[in-house]
Amino acid sequence: MLLCPVFLHRRRLTLSKASYFRRYWQLYALLSLPLIYFLIFRYGPMYGVQIAFKDFNLFKGIGGSEWIGFDAFREVFGMREFYSTLRNTFMLNFLDLIISFPAPIILAIMLYEIKSVWFKKISQTILYIPHFISWVIIGGIVYQLFGNQSGMVNGVLESMGLNTIPFLTEKNPWLITYLFTGVWQSAGWGTILYLAALTGINRELFEAAEVDGATRLKKIRYITLPSIKPTIVTLLILNLGKMVSIGFDRPYIIGNTAVREYSDVLSTFVYRIGLESGQYTLATVVGLFQAVVGLIFILGSNYISKKVTGNGIL
Amino acid sequence: MMSERTSNRIFDIVNIACVTLFVLFCLAPFLHVIAVSLSSNRAITSGEVTIFPIEVNWNAYIQVFTNNAMIRSLIFTIILTVATTVLCMLFTIAAAYPLTKSKLKGRMLFMYVIIITMFFSGGIIPEYLLIRDLHMIDSVWSLILPGLVSPFNLIILISFFNNIPPSLEESAEIDGSSHFRTLMSIVLPLSMPVMATLALFYAVGRWNGFQDSLMYINNPDLYPLQLKLFQMVQNNMVSELTQMEGASRTALTPESLKAATVIFATVPILLVYPWLQKYFVSGVMLGAVKG
Repeated sequence: MLLCPVFLHRRRLTLSKASYFRRYWQLYALLSLPLIYFLIFRYGPMYGVQIAFKDFNLFKGIGGSEWIGFDAFREVFGMREFYSTLRNTFMLNFLDLIISFPAPIILAIMLYEIKSVWFKKISQTILYIPHFISWVIIGGIVYQLFGNQSGMVNGVLESMGLNTIPFLTEKNPWLITYLFTGVWQSAGWGTILYLAALTGINRELFEAAEVDGATRLKKIRYITLPSIKPTIVTLLILNLGKMVSIGFDRPYIIGNTAVREYSDVLSTFVYRIGLESGQYTLATVVGLFQAVVGLIFILGSNYISKKVTGNGIL
Repeated sequence: MMSERTSNRIFDIVNIACVTLFVLFCLAPFLHVIAVSLSSNRAITSGEVTIFPIEVNWNAYIQVFTNNAMIRSLIFTIILTVATTVLCMLFTIAAAYPLTKSKLKGRMLFMYVIIITMFFSGGIIPEYLLIRDLHMIDSVWSLILPGLVSPFNLIILISFFNNIPPSLEESAEIDGSSHFRTLMSIVLPLSMPVMATLALFYAVGRWNGFQDSLMYINNPDLYPLQLKLFQMVQNNMVSELTQMEGASRTALTPESLKAATVIFATVPILLVYPWLQKYFVSGVMLGAVKG
């Protein structure tokens, strides 16, 4: 673990201040630039969070605007849209978890069972590619595949004499499109951690099972799966901890005004009311709400994960 | 009762078939877009094109490559990505190396300063106001500086540095090598795999980055490729929505041109990524195990 107590070392430091500095000044010099970066670009915005409690005015600036206490919070908690975006955030994350979480597990087990090294390598190379594709490009591809007029899928449906499906413009079919892109993008990349856990299996277990006459499926059921169970449980709990946080690109790009009832989530809501409508204070309140609840979720899930599996991110 | 060998064989065949299906599932969208980019407009609008091009022609690519704005955006994005990656790596290394020295006073404080930012951030509105107050709206720096050090990547690098046998560094120090020289001549040469991984992560992040340019860049000359592409996708969306109300689509860019643009923006990543694959798998694991 990274966080080992520094106090233990302090007692052993017999160097004088001057010789300590002579030995270590280069390290402080190296550290100074990144630290300045963190103070300005990571802690700077935290200073700006105060506008959630202020009647922010662009001309008066962050420091000069007047304090209004929790007025903006009251206003946000009275907005119908706030609750619908909160619900959508939970809904999309939850459905994503159900659909996208098992896929890499199954895929990793299938890859693990493949004996041909070159086939496995090529498969992995291709399966990882979607992870590196931006949501903008995915959005372009999705349009080409699922559009109403020129989409390939609807073209095929039409040529088979079936009805076309409005994958992009009606909320329930859109949900399928959204979830589909998630599986497509993340399933391959998600196998990496499971494959890493699988390389740790003791091969003798399989040999012993073979002597006992176990079939391949039985071996998967009783050896492979149990050995990645800790990884599965840890990742599941940690994923539950990310329920309130949602990226901006995916819902913003795959979504559109026709399906806003489902596609508007906290991150796109903040962008819309903040940068498009200029209601900086309200948008900051929503962002702060998301950050604080997100922090509670992450710390909570991390605590549970440590209790259950002994693994955590902290 | 089936013999064990046949049942094994059946299992292998079914398994390989399933994996192949999934691989095709990953590839099919690309194949379709490539097919569209190479097909004639007649074939595309009549819906004949699936994953094989029909009436092959290169017009769409010729149009993309002769479009000055597109080529400029590509060159700008490449320069931006390279510059960002170099700066990110320099800053990440500069932060990681000192933080592996357990005798460094204040080390834990610095660690906390960095780790806190992984779990809490000001949010995009205060970030936007900061960039505005720094007068970086419509400046390339707004796309480079805010993401200079990713705490996640930093921790991967610290873990990797920590795994280098301390005896190597100590012997260099006994020989009178300064920290700076030890870093350059011993630590960095031993860390090439993880450096390649992190450089790939930073480069892909910048190449694919979109929200920051949407927020900070209004000058079309400074549009990264993704933002240009986004506007194209959004026009698609608008047409998709207005079409429902019966508007005509005559003013739209041809499908093949859109497809060619998508391929145009994807290929640079595909050119770089496979060469680094063997490195980043171990990099990802380091990040996940330690964290």
